[in-house]
Amino acid sequence: MRDRWLQLEPRRTPSQAMLYATPFLAFALTLLAGLALFWLLGKDPMKALGLIFVTPLTSVRGIAELLVKSTPLILIATGLAFGFRAGIWNIGAEGQFTVGALTGGSVGLYFFPGGGPLLLPAMMLAGALGGMAWAAIPALLRTHFNANEILTSLMLVYVAGLLLGLMVQGPLRDPQSFNFPESRLFQNDALLPLLIPRTRAHIGFVVALVVVAIAHVVVTRHMLGFKIRVLGDAPRAAAFAGFSEQRLVWTAFAISGGLAGLAGLFEAAGPVGQLVPQLPSGYGFSAIIVAFLGRLQPLGILAAGLLLGLTYIGGETAQIAMSLPSATTSVFQGLLLFFLLATDVLVNYRVRLGRVRGAGQGVV
Amino acid sequence: MPSDLIAGIVAGLLVAATPLILAALGELVVEKSGVLNLGVEGMMVIGAYAGFAAKVGTGSYGLAFTTAILAGAAMGLLFGVLTQQLLSNQVASGLALTLFGLGLSALFGAKSTGLTAGAFPRLDALGLPGRFASGTDVIMLATLALVFAVAYFLERTRAGLVLRAVGENHDAAHAIGYPVVAVRMAALAFGGGMAGLGGAYLSLVQTPFWVERMTAGRGWIALALVVFAAWQPFRVLAGALLFGGITILQLHSQGFGLKIDAQILSMLPYLATIAVLIVMSRQGRVGSSSRRLRAPQSLGKVFTGTA
Repeated sequence: MRDRWLQLEPRRTPSQAMLYATPFLAFALTLLAGLALFWLLGKDPMKALGLIFVTPLTSVRGIAELLVKSTPLILIATGLAFGFRAGIWNIGAEGQFTVGALTGGSVGLYFFPGGGPLLLPAMMLAGALGGMAWAAIPALLRTHFNANEILTSLMLVYVAGLLLGLMVQGPLRDPQSFNFPESRLFQNDALLPLLIPRTRAHIGFVVALVVVAIAHVVVTRHMLGFKIRVLGDAPRAAAFAGFSEQRLVWTAFAISGGLAGLAGLFEAAGPVGQLVPQLPSGYGFSAIIVAFLGRLQPLGILAAGLLLGLTYIGGETAQIAMSLPSATTSVFQGLLLFFLLATDVLVNYRVRLGRVRGAGQGVV
Repeated sequence: MPSDLIAGIVAGLLVAATPLILAALGELVVEKSGVLNLGVEGMMVIGAYAGFAAKVGTGSYGLAFTTAILAGAAMGLLFGVLTQQLLSNQVASGLALTLFGLGLSALFGAKSTGLTAGAFPRLDALGLPGRFASGTDVIMLATLALVFAVAYFLERTRAGLVLRAVGENHDAAHAIGYPVVAVRMAALAFGGGMAGLGGAYLSLVQTPFWVERMTAGRGWIALALVVFAAWQPFRVLAGALLFGGITILQLHSQGFGLKIDAQILSMLPYLATIAVLIVMSRQGRVGSSSRRLRAPQSLGKVFTGTA
């Protein structure tokens, strides 16, 4: 251990206090790093942080937008957390989001200009199934060909984006679009009802809350949640207990793909209102941060999703008011994940500077 | 002249392959030391921007490539601090590195979008004649030499042996007295530097201007190439040339008279990556008799140094 600068002393059991304290610690460190970053960019740091984290919460519009942004984050992250707990890495939620929007949106456009009250449920189903089908590819490749699901699911993100571009340029293109690659604007039957009038907040947020509640019950009370925990914490024990890893891979991909597809459909039938090539805007990747920040637990993910949603809107506000580049938000999100992973060491280890004396372990 | 056409195609293939070879060679050394760094894309894009900014700022290619290598290495070391010093999960840390790199480069690069770095001198500037020389450059040649250098280092030097030992069984290597963490930090710095150089090749040679997210998944393709190559340097070369060929097909399909949508052609590298993963992973399955196809045994495992 001489080549490490910190002395790490393993804890007998993970610290529960640290498990819940580190997300807050990470957030505080991100704020400090943010102050330094804005100072480097020559902007007033306090004003920038105020615009990002406080201003959006002071208006109805701001809160409505918060719900719009956190809905896909919460939905996707809740699904991803199932797999992440079991060491199954679906990194391609962005692609499943895109395909969900495409399949669900296509159902809506097929019935243009009508559709009736059953159209939206049909679109939601098609969106979830589309996302599931796209997620089934890396699941199949892992279970049957032993191909790394991280790489295959990620490659499919690029393919899905190009597929969306191809479809809105060809079969789904709006006949009146003057050759712009975009679909028609969805008819009223294909649009999500609003939650707050005259804003963009839609009922997708309510669906996300229901999903979180169901996931919480599954994780804490259902056999599936138990199997996933065992596979993640003790793969050999899972094998001895007869839990099928292959089946869990399929389940994890089906849940995460389905929820990502549903989130994609909500984005298309909610704030965007049509299919455009720019529809996938990084929710699938930010949701990975949300999943970790929420400690891979549904209730934590709800809180983390709202926090990250806030950085999106705040980032936009700061972008307009202080002419900050749009990438500020992603830097913040990346920093947050870094600090969270770094402070995670506190959960499983006691950290000491200098050499440990007489502890036996770790001393060379 | 058909020979001119062939020379042009081969040169184009190498131009497309060079950034992939660089990034994949770096990651190969990292993985041989037992660390899985999924942040190649982030290190590459940081290198692309750092190199570009240094060129625009100073006008010197030497400084530009050095800056790119250092910036990439710094990213690699950041990953090392997280995963080797603080024992973070390598998969999550790699993703964080990619997200952070894409964001940071876009943040600082916002003002540089649309600027150009000027045309990088090709070999014909040194007085070499012919179509081939006008399409090839010094970095490309250095990259080919690096393939040999890395293969020699891993197979024929003592340091290479230590690195492989650390990657195959970190507890045994530690027990013998090899500095596991230090070896891995060095490998990560090397991998980051190579990815940074590969990124700078994109923004200074291949398409000499800066755009956000210009690496477009090449870092991830480089990761797949390492699997494709079964952790052998010369196979990285072969794989990267294959991907270069697909890129050439994309660029010249119009010329060949193929009528295929641009989107479908753009899908090819990603679909090819998946196809390659399927074929290689199948061969490398657990229980496979071929030792040469096997991943380093300690790949991605946390080394606590207490065993």
